[in-house]
Amino acid sequence: MEIKDRIREFIVANCLFGDTSTELNDDTALLDTGIIDSTGVIELVLFISEEFGLEIPAEDMLPNNFNSINRLSDYVQQRILVTAQE
Amino acid sequence: MQFGSHVLIIDPEVETAQIITMMRQTIQHDFRRKGAIVGLSGGVDSATVLGLAVKAYGPERVLAVMMPEQDSSPVSEQYAAQMAETYGVTAITEDLTAGLAGFDCYGRRDDAVRSVFPDYDPSQDEIKLVLPTDLLDRGSLNVYSLSLSRPGGEERKRVLPVAAYLQIVAASNMKQRSRMLMLYYHAEQRNYAVIGTANRNEHAQGFFVKYGDGGADIQPIQHLYKTQVYQLAHYLGVTPEIIKRTPTTDTYSAECSQEEFYFRLPFEQMDLIWYGLDNQIPAADVAAALQISAQQVENVYRDLSQKSRSTEYLRSKPLMVR
Repeated sequence: MEIKDRIREFIVANCLFGDTSTELNDDTALLDTGIIDSTGVIELVLFISEEFGLEIPAEDMLPNNFNSINRLSDYVQQRILVTAQE
Repeated sequence: MQFGSHVLIIDPEVETAQIITMMRQTIQHDFRRKGAIVGLSGGVDSATVLGLAVKAYGPERVLAVMMPEQDSSPVSEQYAAQMAETYGVTAITEDLTAGLAGFDCYGRRDDAVRSVFPDYDPSQDEIKLVLPTDLLDRGSLNVYSLSLSRPGGEERKRVLPVAAYLQIVAASNMKQRSRMLMLYYHAEQRNYAVIGTANRNEHAQGFFVKYGDGGADIQPIQHLYKTQVYQLAHYLGVTPEIIKRTPTTDTYSAECSQEEFYFRLPFEQMDLIWYGLDNQIPAADVAAALQISAQQVENVYRDLSQKSRSTEYLRSKPLMVR
């Protein structure tokens, strides 16, 4: 399963309670629309850490990295590369 | 006139008159209560509300209740007692430590802390929850870290996992809910009403505990920005020690300012930016008034909007089907 699909699956299950009728495309603003709230952000951080085996530094917890499935996917790919080089 | 801090200036005399009119009408005529109970924390909000209650009902119809527990700063009770004495109000102390221990508030919290720092020793270590400090410059998300400080100066900080975060908050919220329980005991015993002390910042951004400090019969300063509460405090003669004191949560064993726990900005900056958001002022105009960049203002606009939206649940009343 692609990174985007894994992230989407998590968001639908945990933030939308399985409701697939809510519009959720790859560019939907997750924070600005309230799909992800403050607790959801912490859950997402934990999910990404565990699902992709990544450590997310506090300084990376920015809206730019978290506000859509596309941005999350880009961030995860970038962290995978950084982690591999470390 | 150019946008600036003057928009937050109130006429304290007029404001006080309006508030006490509402307080008298509501408590004495609508609710038919004989007086008022104020939970006095040693902070500026409750001191200001006590001053308003004294003006509305007279000191003989007001009771101040101080409710420390083991993590409270000792100066909080001292400042609160001085305030009550200045206003000529009877003040009583209800130490909540034993009750909270009975609920296992501290044990539940400490278990969650140990899940993050296994060597945590509550007999010597001090903890607090903090948010990132770079809201203005980077607009970082509200992800809490647990900070632990040990005698000797050792300090550690870790981002909190969800389960630990929720358990620490849930256990700590027992403190505010126990305070509400105690306030209503004294209120019902005297046929008084409970006067809340939440300001606009706390209410709209969700910095309160539902059915805890959010549980009251009226909220006389809920419409005022924090900087406006300070203006009232000066007018009402709140003691200098309380006015000069940095607002704290007084909830965790380590000293924790409200800025580092929740608001992430000094009140002078936040109130003006928030006023700008409330009144659709362009970010550039607010930025010019504060001598910061428009992007920094946008970062705060976004944070305020998200906090307000994500805490709507706290402000909602129990909903009915019909």
